[in-house]
Amino acid sequence: MALAAILAALAASMLSSAQPAGGADRPDPVTEAAAFRNYFVKKFPDVKLEEFANGPYALNEDMRRQWQEIDQFPPYEFSLEKGKELFATPFANGKTYADCFPAAGVGIRQNYPYFDASEGKVVTLELALNRCREANGETALPYVGDAMAALTAYMAFTSRGKPFDIKIPDDARALKAYQNGKRYFYTRRGQLNFSCATCHVQYPGEHMRAEVLAPALGILNAMPIYRSEWGGMGTISRRFTTCNSQIRGLPLEPQSEEYRDLEYYLSYLSNGLPISGPGTRP
Amino acid sequence: MIDIVSSKERWRISSLTLILWLIGCTASVIAAGSESEFKSAYAAAEAAEKEAGRLRNQWTVTEAALTKAKKAAEKSDFDSAIELAKEAERLAKASIFQATSEREAWKDLEIR
Repeated sequence: MALAAILAALAASMLSSAQPAGGADRPDPVTEAAAFRNYFVKKFPDVKLEEFANGPYALNEDMRRQWQEIDQFPPYEFSLEKGKELFATPFANGKTYADCFPAAGVGIRQNYPYFDASEGKVVTLELALNRCREANGETALPYVGDAMAALTAYMAFTSRGKPFDIKIPDDARALKAYQNGKRYFYTRRGQLNFSCATCHVQYPGEHMRAEVLAPALGILNAMPIYRSEWGGMGTISRRFTTCNSQIRGLPLEPQSEEYRDLEYYLSYLSNGLPISGPGTRP
Repeated sequence: MIDIVSSKERWRISSLTLILWLIGCTASVIAAGSESEFKSAYAAAEAAEKEAGRLRNQWTVTEAALTKAKKAAEKSDFDSAIELAKEAERLAKASIFQATSEREAWKDLEIR
């Protein structure tokens, strides 16, 4: 009997020691964001902090000059015009996108994604746009399609220069979403065994074939982007799914929980950096 | 003309030829993949890929190998179909291993 009690106590102590001590796995977004920013500032001491919002152009002088030339007549302009038109076009019920967003949807890109406490999940701008459509009796747009890219391009354009202001409320579910996004960002996947961080933390500024890899800091500030490789505009959803395919991983469904949490995590880390979208990439 | 091969000898040669032919046929039947063997290999690959899907970590190359295996089987090229299905299973198992090991390994990459 005494032996059984000792064994039970021993087993209990072993189990408790296997748990993270003092909530060691609990994320600390403020400290982590500071460390993340510090990593890039140290890695690229000649780059001004706000310049990270311009992706690879902040790191490569040749590319920067080309980009400045290209931006005299930006290739995203047609999409931007289309986005403005779509945004203002009334739905069948007479309402518009402006009725669904604060400040009539103008100058608010920097606040997305946000954590919705009522439903306990991350809401991205793309998701909010489709919810707006559905709430007004319209069908949802494809997340990787041109219309969604155009709408987000317009909304980003009206928010240019405004610093990312992503909030993580004091809510265990929000912290969990942040942590899930972080896990996705650092997890290796695909046959090439790459994580997002492999390219965008370990090798920003380096060439991957003809491309110069963008730094993770500020990587979403320029979204959506016109990519010459795509021959058109692409949303964040398109960027995430394409990244997965490029490392031979089967992409998840656009706006899946993993992708939304990833966007939440990355956007939070870029708090304070200006919105620079829509952007242009080779 | 002199018949240098006796009838008994002829019979022995014919028998030997027949036996060799039968051995050849049997060997080729054993070597060639059967439809049932393909179905078994494909089911194993599909099961592994389904598990990778449950772990949210499927690979494009696994899906491609599964598709190619099915197409080869439709053309009754079971040798190729079996090989492709086995390749798909190996890839799916590698993706499962990756997902499992990354449950903790991702933390090593984190900027702190």
